[in-house]
Amino acid sequence: MNLIWLQASGCGGCTMSLLCAESPGALEMLEDAGIRLLWHPALSVETGEEARKILEDAAEGRVPLDILCVEGAVARGPGGSGRFQMLSGTGLSMMAWVQRLSARARHVVAVGTCAAYGGVTAAGGNPTDAVGLAYDGAREGGVLDRPVVNIAGCPTHPGWVTETLSMLAGGEVVELDGLGRPRFYADHLVHHGCPKNEFYEYKASARDLSEIGCMMENLGCIGTQAVGDCNIRPWNGEGSCTRGGYPCISCTSPGFEDPSHAFVETPKIAGIPVGLPTDMPKAWFMALASLSKAATPARIGTNARADRVVVPPTLRKK
Amino acid sequence: MKLVVGPFNRVEGDLEVTLEAEDGVVTEARVNAPLYRGFEVMLQGRDPRDALVITPRICGICSISQSAAAASALGAAMGLAPTPAGADMAALIHAAENAADHLTHFHLFFMPDFARPDYAGRPWHGRVVERFTAMEGSAQRQAITARAELLHVMGLLAGKWPHTLAIQPGGVTKAPGAREKARLTATLRAFRRYLEGVLFGGPLEEFIGLSDVPSLMSWGRGDVGLFLTLAADLGLMDLGRGSGRYLSFGAYRRERGPFFASGLWEGGAQVFDPGAIVEDLSHSWMEGEAAHPYDGRTEPDPQMASGYSWCKAPRLGGRPVEVGALARMVVDGHALGLEMAGGGVLARVAGRLLELARTQVLMEELVAGIVPGAEYMARGGMPSEGRGAGLVEAARGALGHWIRIEKGRIAGYQIIAPTTWNFSPRDAGGVPGPLEAALVGAKPGVEVQHVVRSFDPCMVCTVH
Repeated sequence: MNLIWLQASGCGGCTMSLLCAESPGALEMLEDAGIRLLWHPALSVETGEEARKILEDAAEGRVPLDILCVEGAVARGPGGSGRFQMLSGTGLSMMAWVQRLSARARHVVAVGTCAAYGGVTAAGGNPTDAVGLAYDGAREGGVLDRPVVNIAGCPTHPGWVTETLSMLAGGEVVELDGLGRPRFYADHLVHHGCPKNEFYEYKASARDLSEIGCMMENLGCIGTQAVGDCNIRPWNGEGSCTRGGYPCISCTSPGFEDPSHAFVETPKIAGIPVGLPTDMPKAWFMALASLSKAATPARIGTNARADRVVVPPTLRKK
Repeated sequence: MKLVVGPFNRVEGDLEVTLEAEDGVVTEARVNAPLYRGFEVMLQGRDPRDALVITPRICGICSISQSAAAASALGAAMGLAPTPAGADMAALIHAAENAADHLTHFHLFFMPDFARPDYAGRPWHGRVVERFTAMEGSAQRQAITARAELLHVMGLLAGKWPHTLAIQPGGVTKAPGAREKARLTATLRAFRRYLEGVLFGGPLEEFIGLSDVPSLMSWGRGDVGLFLTLAADLGLMDLGRGSGRYLSFGAYRRERGPFFASGLWEGGAQVFDPGAIVEDLSHSWMEGEAAHPYDGRTEPDPQMASGYSWCKAPRLGGRPVEVGALARMVVDGHALGLEMAGGGVLARVAGRLLELARTQVLMEELVAGIVPGAEYMARGGMPSEGRGAGLVEAARGALGHWIRIEKGRIAGYQIIAPTTWNFSPRDAGGVPGPLEAALVGAKPGVEVQHVVRSFDPCMVCTVH
């Protein structure tokens, strides 16, 4: 299986995250899956003319291209020219290269939320008219009219990428959700396995960052709505955003880059957070929340406002 | 003869270099950053705290540095300093990223060029092929594993890497306890074992104690020794020499000051005035006048009419400066650093290795100093009017954020990244940027590759 990886308009962080894969490492994992990296901008020795030849051979069909991975959004500006990102040395925009190479590729994989939907590159009025490969935000569109696997995430977990590529290389079907994301991680919510679950159960909330309570009510956490298995499989050994003490900002979702409020503040109407869990009737949520809040044990209420566990669980001695 | 080199890979991001050559040597170089994203524009009108989410995503390799600069700029605007313990944990998170970046640069970006057939027949070539061939070399694989394990520091303290929200103006969001301290200690012991057993092939303190170039060159152990052997053979000290004018904003600001000093150095310590920083736009595809970053604007010229790069040209007191690990070691007054001042490829790479060894010692000190129960976060409010600068050191050198807040919103946000300094285009006086100057005299081909990569450019940060 031949794979070409392009870095379009993004930060390169999904490659940096990929290199955090462990047991085995990213290169071994690709090798074991029978994937040959024809060219990767951060890893390949080939540069300049040597690199141009590899890309040209694939674009002209002289060398088969099984998988095209694109990291970063595609800048269409200025004026539809794509000149905000030229693929250096080629006189062609990255937009043109993505279109040329994808026409030859059996599978196209968008690595990261930028490549999937536009992401942070499309934030704040989208100064470069950036879009995803097959989506413009949550709408189908973008620069390609073909199926694309959207490994959304900012950045992507190394496992999401290595496992998707292994499945494609092994001829397995990668089941996708309604936004093109692999279901093996998108069927989970960030809430699943969150260490703050007990606080959530009682709506025992943190009010300031570094307090260990639930961050949904005040600190902008939308882990109950965001897809991702971030709290089921760890990041960098044993981490996740909520484990690190800061809110989930739903980086696997289109449009996450421009919430209508500050990222670390929950928008409220009459003191009640907007954006409650999507698949739960609001009235039931409110009823349960007020009940559980009233029943909060002192241990949980106290710990929620501290930066560490200050009241341990009560021991039941015989 | 004119040559265009691109896509110039194994640099973070997009780079194109245009060379004029005569009699087989470069006589003039122009460096182009061909990607523009417009982060400074995106930030306009947002809640100031959003900078902590948006700016790290400028760069996937120095994401923490961007976090640290944003947190520091916001803190300056708020009149809030982190607690001492919070500052130490932010320093540890930042140091782990910089150490990981130095490892990535040496193994994945810089060394593979010496495995090229160009060097077949050199006495060291076979060993370099075995250790550093791109994606296959045994040293590359070991380094990737060691890096992934080092970055468990992020899993423990910063949630994940890259792109964390753990670093805040008042400190860090995660208060480490005794268990985290034990785990961090174990992670750092493992990393030291790798550094001493594989990369340096000897005690880090011994390497840190080197005080002159001859003793450096006779190190002779580990992959560092292999690099020094080939560097001596190829004369890499004189290839791509720098101007000898170095800037550091000071790295890892702790209660008693930065661990690596801040300052300007040119033949000796000079007065550094952050107010003397100006971004010149004469050769970039940007509209407007040269300005200090507090007054700077980012207005791309969609016609790309005059100029040759999206990169602005920052100048200090009207002149370019070189930034990076070598600059930090020089400004900090390390004996070996000082002796290498003005040097080329070898000096930049050895400066990075020296800093890597010293960073390990710092990280160990920070972990040993963890006191469970200390205050890791100070609280403060965001002013509706104010401004602040956040000056930090990324792996690649001096990184500055300048924010202006009006009516509770971001009214101006300017960023000067390390590679903006190093890979700047010419200024209004026609003075080339540091890389453009360093390339003059190199032979087109693999020598140009070495010079460019010796700076460890980060192009995604450069234009942002």
